[in-house]
Amino acid sequence: MAMTMTQKILAAHSGRESVSAGELILADLDLVLGNDITSPVAIKEFRRLGRDSVFDRDKVTMVMDHFVPNKDIKAAEQCRMCRDFCGEHDITHFYDVGEMGIEHALIPEKGLVTAGNAVIGADSHTCTYGALGAFSTGVGSTDMACGMAAGKAWFKVPSAIKFDLTGSLRKYVSGKDVILHIIGKIGVDGALYRSMEFTGSGLASLNMADRFCIANMAIEAGAKNGIFDVDEITLGYIRSHGCAEPTVYKADDDAEYDEVINIDLSQIEPTVAFPHLPENARTFSEIGDIRIDQVVIGSCTNGRLEDLIAAAEIMKGRKAAKNVRVIIIPATQRVYLEAMEMGLLRTFIEFGAVVSTPTCGPCLGGYMGILAAGERAVATTNRNFVGRMGHTESEVYLASPATAAASAVTGRITSPWEAAEI
Amino acid sequence: MKYTGNIIKYGDNVDTDVIIPARYLNTSDHSELASHCMEDLDKTFVSRVKQGDIIAAGMNFGCGSSREHAPIAIKASGVSLVIAKSFARIFYRNAINIGLAIVECPAAAEEISEGDIVEADLDNGIIRNITTGKEYRTAPFPEFVQNIIENGGLMKAIENGVF
Repeated sequence: MAMTMTQKILAAHSGRESVSAGELILADLDLVLGNDITSPVAIKEFRRLGRDSVFDRDKVTMVMDHFVPNKDIKAAEQCRMCRDFCGEHDITHFYDVGEMGIEHALIPEKGLVTAGNAVIGADSHTCTYGALGAFSTGVGSTDMACGMAAGKAWFKVPSAIKFDLTGSLRKYVSGKDVILHIIGKIGVDGALYRSMEFTGSGLASLNMADRFCIANMAIEAGAKNGIFDVDEITLGYIRSHGCAEPTVYKADDDAEYDEVINIDLSQIEPTVAFPHLPENARTFSEIGDIRIDQVVIGSCTNGRLEDLIAAAEIMKGRKAAKNVRVIIIPATQRVYLEAMEMGLLRTFIEFGAVVSTPTCGPCLGGYMGILAAGERAVATTNRNFVGRMGHTESEVYLASPATAAASAVTGRITSPWEAAEI
Repeated sequence: MKYTGNIIKYGDNVDTDVIIPARYLNTSDHSELASHCMEDLDKTFVSRVKQGDIIAAGMNFGCGSSREHAPIAIKASGVSLVIAKSFARIFYRNAINIGLAIVECPAAAEEISEGDIVEADLDNGIIRNITTGKEYRTAPFPEFVQNIIENGGLMKAIENGVF
């Protein structure tokens, strides 16, 4: 039976020769992840089971990132609950202030996922690790609790949409523009319950930051997971980050796909998703004069070093537009340190931006950049739902780091192609 | 599994950020979450929802974040069932895992109106709009999923030795 890449990983993790779309399976897990918001609910459920220990203390990880450093007393109590649990169970990979970063940037950086793994995380953007050729999907806290206890999760085997990528990205165009273009094309439920499999000669022009960003937003098209073919770029990342030995799966040539979508990367333009859905994608011929109050560059989608380099390239030697608040959030401590060593932090501060410790913060309207009624932000984050970054009458426009930086220069939503000429 | 209730109706893409805004995720207390349920979409929900009410909604209900706080808030509000044209996948499995009944039925979700009284018999896959007299068919849940819901969620199913 011909299988997609995702189906092969699920078959291997459920002890079967093959699986087919629609089957319900129980799969073994290589990693179970939670954060400071979802883990407390999972811990309560885990305790109800009355188990003495987690299935494998090396394969459970908690990252304190959403409201950390603690934004208020309740957040502090949630983190303490996670800290106590991880201490009690001697969890190897517990990441607290000082070590923590935004989970989906941190986990690959720490080498905790490798190609061929099956991963669940109580965070919807767990699909990010598909960039490494792993099956990785977001679940809720009860699934996390069962995963911690038994090392297993139930899945309905997904069918898939294949994205055949060709060509190369143009200057100032990145993975963010690619995924916003795709979501604009298929809609926020365009891949509902299904896998998005990315393949083709175009992969050669996508660095790991582009791939993490694209896989990260598969959930914004409703997908169960996004996954990339493993190539030399992936293997280079896996080797340099001390990941476990990869198992490389490739879809069968005759695997069945619900749909095959061809994307010529050289045709992708800087793209912005308008409020209040990620599917409201527009290119600059359809974007008028939209004044902004805030720019946020960061998140699990776009807080990696490559993203900060792209922003700094446009900001260097310039000043932020008057009355635009610019907030830059390196996704991990390592990204922060490398940005410092490269002089990017100086560029940002001289530009008039603030640079924050790693946190999810404003992306989900937690803290560190909440919007008032009527305010607009350009953000490199992943969701622009009503009230996502603050007041229900505020607006979030999703864009790449280059577009966000260009917009910070002019004070209106601006193409990096235009900013490069100013 | 039979449910009868008054309908509260919403549209497409009701996301988990409006079901329970992130500013309230610093708690996992069920009644506190319920007290803010739907706040950013419908400020009247909390004051008018009654025990047993049924939500009917459009496409992609529960899209966005994986927060289990969303189905928890809905269940703790007293809602007995959510009927939608389709559900976002993480919300779908979270609802099953915590024992909130949900069913996909595009025709019913389209035609049922706010304030209708609806009866749903999920074992037999029948939804009946008592107000209009119209009846709809749905696919019954696979046995595996039925087991989880009947046991009151994944954890209880495990405690009860279902798996």
